[in-house]
Amino acid sequence: MTKTKNITNTMTRKERWNLFWERNRKSEGYLLKKKVSRFVYRVCRALLIFGLCFLILQPLASKLSVSLMEEQDLYDSTVISIPRHFSLSAYELAWDMMEGFKSFWTSFYVSFLVAAAQIVSCTLVGYGFARFKFPLKNFWFACVILLIIVPPQTIITPLYLYFQDFDIFGIIGLFNGGKGLNLLGSLTPYLMMCLGCAGFKGGLYIYLLRQHFRNEPKELEEAAYVDGCGRMRTFLQILLPGATPIITSCFLFSFVWQWTDAYYSQVFFAKAYGWTLVTNRLTTLVDRLDAHYKGIYGQSYKIATAFGQQVLSTATLMTLVPLIVIYVLAQKNFVESLSQTGIKG
Amino acid sequence: MAEQKTKGKKSKTKRQKNLARGNAIAGYLFISPLIIGFLLFLAYPLAQSFYMSFCKVSPVAGQGFEFVWSGLTHYKYIFTVDPDYTRLLLAELQKMALYVPSILIFSFFMSLLLNQEFKGRTFVRAVYFLPVILSSGVMVGLETNNSLLSGMQDLIKEDTNGTSITATLESILLQGENGNSFFELIIRVVDEVYNIAISSGIQIIIFLSGLQTISPSMYEAAKIEGCTGWESFWKITFPMISSLILVNIIYTIVDFFTKSDSEFMEMINKTLLTDFNYGRVSAMSWVYFAIIIVILGIVSLIISKRVYYYD
Repeated sequence: MTKTKNITNTMTRKERWNLFWERNRKSEGYLLKKKVSRFVYRVCRALLIFGLCFLILQPLASKLSVSLMEEQDLYDSTVISIPRHFSLSAYELAWDMMEGFKSFWTSFYVSFLVAAAQIVSCTLVGYGFARFKFPLKNFWFACVILLIIVPPQTIITPLYLYFQDFDIFGIIGLFNGGKGLNLLGSLTPYLMMCLGCAGFKGGLYIYLLRQHFRNEPKELEEAAYVDGCGRMRTFLQILLPGATPIITSCFLFSFVWQWTDAYYSQVFFAKAYGWTLVTNRLTTLVDRLDAHYKGIYGQSYKIATAFGQQVLSTATLMTLVPLIVIYVLAQKNFVESLSQTGIKG
Repeated sequence: MAEQKTKGKKSKTKRQKNLARGNAIAGYLFISPLIIGFLLFLAYPLAQSFYMSFCKVSPVAGQGFEFVWSGLTHYKYIFTVDPDYTRLLLAELQKMALYVPSILIFSFFMSLLLNQEFKGRTFVRAVYFLPVILSSGVMVGLETNNSLLSGMQDLIKEDTNGTSITATLESILLQGENGNSFFELIIRVVDEVYNIAISSGIQIIIFLSGLQTISPSMYEAAKIEGCTGWESFWKITFPMISSLILVNIIYTIVDFFTKSDSEFMEMINKTLLTDFNYGRVSAMSWVYFAIIIVILGIVSLIISKRVYYYD
């Protein structure tokens, strides 16, 4: 192989051309056919991949180009994707309308705490399912599946009422004059749910982590047990370090989904309780923008649709930027760990 | 000698028993967060919402809520009186029947592509996992969920009617052949390709992880025996990955049903957050949940018989 390569490297282009035809003739046209079909396949694949990448990236790119325009460019039909007048004014406006610093910081620490709580509990549970034999194991695993498939809409009302009057078997009521605690509006109820693996997509993390721990070699733990290491210590010192990539990935999933979550936040972190999350700022952005301008120019004023769209695009981009930064930093870790989880049925 | 042997055996079994008991206790300790969480935050609310769906729930000043048994009133209401419920539910089911297979085929195909060696693979993979971010939570449907822009959406639809490429193609293809439903189906899928691409992020990851566990020596052996690529796909790749197809189907169905941007979900949210009719919401979502369970049951029953397990 290396020999032929060396030879072809020293040959001129014409000689190589002749050699190719010679070999082609010897193989009765097979070589040419193969080369052509491989080339066609590659071109088709490249086109397909490019097209589909474009499909995913195009909305982001168009948002970026719109966000950098000045308002007059929006109405100029000769400006399509490259702005004629660069301006960052949309960013300033969107930042103000989002209550920038406050909402980003709140969203950040809420997402961080939620993700941390979810991953701690789900890692423990995932390990428990992967490595120990205990009675009713299948029943409890069915409960994990149930956690995945129950739509939040089914249980949200009782949860709401439950946390309004929170009590565990009447214990709190004993000290509080027969009444439970009203936990709505604080971070506690949702964090408790996450610690109980019942947070958003908790079942999925248990599933992924269980798959990972199941594929680790058993000898690792056996060696640790022989050396007199306890079960908890074995888990913390032997298995946990090896699981860092998959734990990071699950943490990122959890963080991202909490950051953009609309459903649970709507109930647990509503604006009425004084929460300023990025998501609820974002979903009401255009209507508030309208109200803002009405406040300045009087009730009859209506903001232009294109302008509203521009500010919304800018705000969406700003919401996505932290996620994309995290994603790019952790990308390698993320993709490799997930594609090596080796999920088996 | 014999006595000693039996003694040794006995003590061994005792030790094994102890070990098994220790393992059982440790196992329960490890999964205790799940047990507590499941009972408190899933089983209990689920049971209560089931009970509420048979009750008239009315707020009592300062004392929370009062439940009055009302039998099947809510169920009767949503099926016979409510103008939207059955319509939206059927629309949702129809959409699912189209979406789930498309997402599965798309993500399977993409994972096969992304599993190959080519230049810039890391970049392309990174792009394909972006939808995990882009399709989550509020990011979907942002453009249309406010009063200002939703009007615009209709205007654009009216304006561009018949000028999009797929619509033109559709009219050409359908000329002469009246009511060719297969073409219509394909065209609907093509129209939705962005939505399909954006909601198949996790599925691609799951398939890709499966593809990487297939050992290359299998393909080598097949190739030496004179197997073509097409054959080895159906004889090796497909069976090896069939268990993941089941996982992905279940995930896709669940993901589709719990998406919060569908019209159906909006209706449920509206009944919950603006009408405060808790009893009716419970009935609505229980019917929905029951349908999901039935569909999942049927699908996994059909498919799990055809799944091949390597071990």
